[in-house]
Amino acid sequence: MKRSIIFWIGAVAFLVAVLLMTQIIGNEYPFFAGYVILQFIVLAVAWSILGGYAGYVNFGTSAFFGVGVYTAVLLVQATGAPLAVQIAVAAMVGALLGLGVGLLTLRMQGIFFSIATIALTIVIETSVTNWRYLGGAAGIQLARPPVTPPFHSYVQMLFFVQALLVVLAVAIARYIQNSWIGRGLQALRDDELAAECTGVPTLRLKLLACVISGALMCAAGAPGAMYLQYADPASAFNLNYSVSVLAMSLIGGTAHWVGPVIGAILLGVTQQLLAVTISSEVNVLVLGIMLVLFVIAAPQGLIGLFRKLTHGRAEGKA
Amino acid sequence: MTTANATAMPLLRIGSLTKRFGGFTALDNISVDIRPGERFGLIGPNGSGKTTLINCISGAFRTEPGTVTFQGEDITRLPPYMRRRRGIARSFQIPRPFRSMTVAENLMVTLDFAASAHDHLPASERRETVMSILTRTGLSAKADVPATRLSQVELRKMELARAVATRPKLLISDEAMAGLSSSEVDEVLDLLMSLADQDITIVMIEHIMQAVMRFSERIMCLDAGRIIAIGKPSEVMANARVQEAYLGT
Repeated sequence: MKRSIIFWIGAVAFLVAVLLMTQIIGNEYPFFAGYVILQFIVLAVAWSILGGYAGYVNFGTSAFFGVGVYTAVLLVQATGAPLAVQIAVAAMVGALLGLGVGLLTLRMQGIFFSIATIALTIVIETSVTNWRYLGGAAGIQLARPPVTPPFHSYVQMLFFVQALLVVLAVAIARYIQNSWIGRGLQALRDDELAAECTGVPTLRLKLLACVISGALMCAAGAPGAMYLQYADPASAFNLNYSVSVLAMSLIGGTAHWVGPVIGAILLGVTQQLLAVTISSEVNVLVLGIMLVLFVIAAPQGLIGLFRKLTHGRAEGKA
Repeated sequence: MTTANATAMPLLRIGSLTKRFGGFTALDNISVDIRPGERFGLIGPNGSGKTTLINCISGAFRTEPGTVTFQGEDITRLPPYMRRRRGIARSFQIPRPFRSMTVAENLMVTLDFAASAHDHLPASERRETVMSILTRTGLSAKADVPATRLSQVELRKMELARAVATRPKLLISDEAMAGLSSSEVDEVLDLLMSLADQDITIVMIEHIMQAVMRFSERIMCLDAGRIIAIGKPSEVMANARVQEAYLGT
């Protein structure tokens, strides 16, 4: 109860700080860079709901993200729908996609599930590439509508919207972690047969995790169309999203919702710095090296490392 | 349904159950009734189909053809979790703890998921319930220890505790004593006896003959997927086919 109050005070403080930033800082670049980091936080937190709590390693982040981007593109093209509608519809599409994908793939376990999710990305990307209305392989230009006050620029507004999605994603992940859903997912991650024989409806819980995770990923992707004012299949469905998000979650640690948040901030900031100072290609190399280092040295991520240290100290005292 | 009928009705009825894996017939036309409150022993040489049978009862394997009826309800097509909620609990031959959880948390999973909707406990009573089960199984000191740190006998006890945390109607114990020392066997046997005293029907699969003989009111012997004998322990042990198949004489 007390923890919940602290959490919500923190969440409101975060949003107020973001809002103040948009009013005080005139330069657009911090928002342009910060948006990407916030987007990765949403994706990493969403990923860890299925990948962390349930232990189903999903390589389909880019599929969900890209579907989010293109749902927004389609809505803008067809109806000129406002941003809020784009995000809400993208979340619904993501939920449906999660349900469909879950029904098709969640009976597979381990590596088979992961491979199926990669296949999903390729299938959807190919479909969008061949869909003329959405610009096909060449991509599509989009014009931003006028910005809504109190924001001075569209990027600032998107930054705030993505911050709202961060709070939403974290609140959902936190709820799942502390509820019977989280305990059920944890049980099935440890041992699916034992969980099922202990009364855990494993397939239903996995589907639920997949639906929520998918909805959040698509919602995170939806503002991306207006962020770049451009969308093309090769970028929207880029497998780098899948790999980055997986690395962020694993490096942060998936045992607690804060793990993916820390991982996304850490890697997101590193990537932004590297992209500015060296080149965006170096990103991938650094990502790979960090992932390897963590898998070897801290397989439970930063959260695991932290717990080990504090636990070790507690035992030392006793 | 009258009370007389209810008491006469078997708790579990397995009707002409056959299980094939490809061309191999693991269970061949098995029919048996388990009565309410019974202590039922299931024996047979390795590979005779004992574990396959309990996988069919608990729902891990689908059976075709054949029926599994529990308290008069046909559960043949129900997934394992729904069977668990109706009161069929099991332990595993090789313990399968939830490794990322403590002992108490392992039992909490049962309270969270195996209880039928109307007997969900309020949060305050959950810990008490778990502790009382752990006390009865001799694990109270280990409540907050990670499940991975338990010894073999403690793991077996935890599996049984996890299985019975919501008072199932039927407990299937799959070789809960394999690999234990003789004093540990007695501990687990006493635990099963005390569970049986609490009106839990128990099907015990065991290789340790002394334990099965002491525990069971009725024994069934499987060989190559068929029932070769069923009856009182002394009768089954005296059966020539059982001795040939199981005891190797």
